[in-house]
Amino acid sequence: MMEQEHLIDLKGICKEYDGTQVLKDINLYVRKKEFVTLLGPSGCGKTTTLRIIGGFEYPTSGEVYFEGKEISALPPYKRRVNTVFQKYALFPHLNVRDNIAFGLKLKKVPKSEINKKVDRMLDLVNLSGYGKRHVDQLSGGQQQRIAIARALVNEPEVLLLDEPLGALDLKLRKEMQLELKNMQQQLGITFIYVTHDQEEALTMSDTIVVMRDGKILQIGDPKRIYDEPANAFVADFIGESNILRGTMIKDELVHFAGHDFVCVDSGFGENAPVDVVIRPEDIMIVGEDIGQLTGTVQSVLFKGVHYEMMVSTGEVTFKVHSTTMQPQGSKVGINIVPFNIHIMKPMQEEAPSDV
Amino acid sequence: MYDLSLPWWAYALMGAGLVVFIGMIAVSVRRNHGVKRSLFASPYTLWMIIFTVLPCILVAYYAFTDANGAFTLENFLNFWDSNHTKNQLYASMGEAAAAYITRGTVNVDTLVYSLWMAFLCTMICLLLGYPAALFMADRRMKIGPTIVILFIIPMWMNFLLRTIAWMSILEDQGLINQLLHFLGFDGVKLMYNSGAVLLGMVYNFLPFMVFPVYTSLSKLDPKLGEAAQDLGCNEWKTFTRVTAPLSLPGVISGITMVFMPSVTTFFIPRILGGGNTMMFGDLIESKFLTEGNWNVGSALSMIMMVLILISLGILRKFDPEGEGGGIA
Repeated sequence: MMEQEHLIDLKGICKEYDGTQVLKDINLYVRKKEFVTLLGPSGCGKTTTLRIIGGFEYPTSGEVYFEGKEISALPPYKRRVNTVFQKYALFPHLNVRDNIAFGLKLKKVPKSEINKKVDRMLDLVNLSGYGKRHVDQLSGGQQQRIAIARALVNEPEVLLLDEPLGALDLKLRKEMQLELKNMQQQLGITFIYVTHDQEEALTMSDTIVVMRDGKILQIGDPKRIYDEPANAFVADFIGESNILRGTMIKDELVHFAGHDFVCVDSGFGENAPVDVVIRPEDIMIVGEDIGQLTGTVQSVLFKGVHYEMMVSTGEVTFKVHSTTMQPQGSKVGINIVPFNIHIMKPMQEEAPSDV
Repeated sequence: MYDLSLPWWAYALMGAGLVVFIGMIAVSVRRNHGVKRSLFASPYTLWMIIFTVLPCILVAYYAFTDANGAFTLENFLNFWDSNHTKNQLYASMGEAAAAYITRGTVNVDTLVYSLWMAFLCTMICLLLGYPAALFMADRRMKIGPTIVILFIIPMWMNFLLRTIAWMSILEDQGLINQLLHFLGFDGVKLMYNSGAVLLGMVYNFLPFMVFPVYTSLSKLDPKLGEAAQDLGCNEWKTFTRVTAPLSLPGVISGITMVFMPSVTTFFIPRILGGGNTMMFGDLIESKFLTEGNWNVGSALSMIMMVLILISLGILRKFDPEGEGGGIA
């Protein structure tokens, strides 16, 4: 089998603004037709990374490669990528059709071909018949589609999307997530997608890149990122989790919350301090007498599909998701099966002087 | 101390205005069972009626009447032929006098000259002002805001003072000529010609071009420029295809705000042109103040007003929403 070739390579990218480092040694590759999501809290450097790929920022050091050729210093109009901007950035002086045709007109594509391509794009984003509209007569969702059409009509190798669904309401956002994913598969274009919404990342991506403070914490497919987070931050950011300090007594035995638990991890050494991550849905509530731990239900919240309960054992408080409700104040038992206990090395809290 | 007392009728006018204002409030409050927002505009409305609408009506009245108050179109014929009254007299005196009939073209010529000067002034302001505004509005330029202040500071000074200050720079013993003499050159005549007048006009009206353009440029979303580059525009095409069209409202209102006062300029030609050049504003002024011919002066004013309204109408076609924030 042939190794799928890298389309974009970022090698040792650093970026400084006025002496503040916003990107620290970013190494990343993107394969053809891959859907890559840069995920992280605001200020983690995900948008800056995207802007460096788009050519709107130049790295302070490090190189950007496109199909093996260095493009670090190339201006945006010479790159075979197109961008969908966060707030769409549609041209207010042009109508919908002229917005979409903007890039093609610059390339001096014949008029009949432009018309054909624009019509096909309007069809693709379900807005045929809107060509003559003024862009500010469109709703947010429609503007979003036009922005996508305006970028896609140029048939870019890579489409960069900077939190494109951030301004839409929840329902529309979910619909657009599916539509985008369909479009990506249908057209076979590489997508690089920036978001701070972990659910969005899990839904759409082939590969998720989790970032924090200008660094990449973990790269992997959604399932791997969710099931095997590299550290407590990733675990906390992707989905909800209980993060506890614990001690690895020996391989496959960990001590936390005042109790020894059998687990499946090994190789941390003996009596080593570790972070223990347990997903709220992995904690089972059982009878008081048969639980590994016992605790009191302190609060109950109804969340739609499940209840969210805070259960205090006295030493620690667990967040528990369950479809059956235990009344507030009741005594319950808690069980956690070994493969739901995720052990990871404790996070090195970064000293601020590191800048 | 200064005498601040006003004639009795001024107090009467103010009193009447106050009574009308309070009366309007009372009526409006009673009708709407509360205060209506538009009510707060009534002092200004009153001011407008007394000092703008009434004078306009008076101008129209004088323009269409003769010295005795009878209706006439003579005043407008006087615009076309400044010798009109005299020529009519010659025409009534028979063949011998008819030879002396000549059309006086000074009024029409002055209007054409004024329009031409105003056009030049507007073009120069646009050519100087647009790049300046572009520079000031560039977010990467840290000194942009400083330059904005530098443009504003001269506007705090009275416009007459600013114009007179130019005299001390341009006159025969002025700053420039002294410098030239010091360097061993002959002096040059800088004052009392159209060039000096144009310089004074550009100097005074340039901010009215810069600020509307600056406003519309700095309102532009920088992401639009990035989007244009993303779609294949280099710097120049980004300007011609996105920045320039989107700054058009500012340009239109800049043109309006420079062209209007330029056409009606007076005083600058008198100070810097030294009476060698006369613009339409000076002509109107001289009709009223020197000749005391209010009727012809009013007719000339009306012609100018109509011209201004026509050009406003044309400009408005380019900026129907008035986005440029000008007076158009």
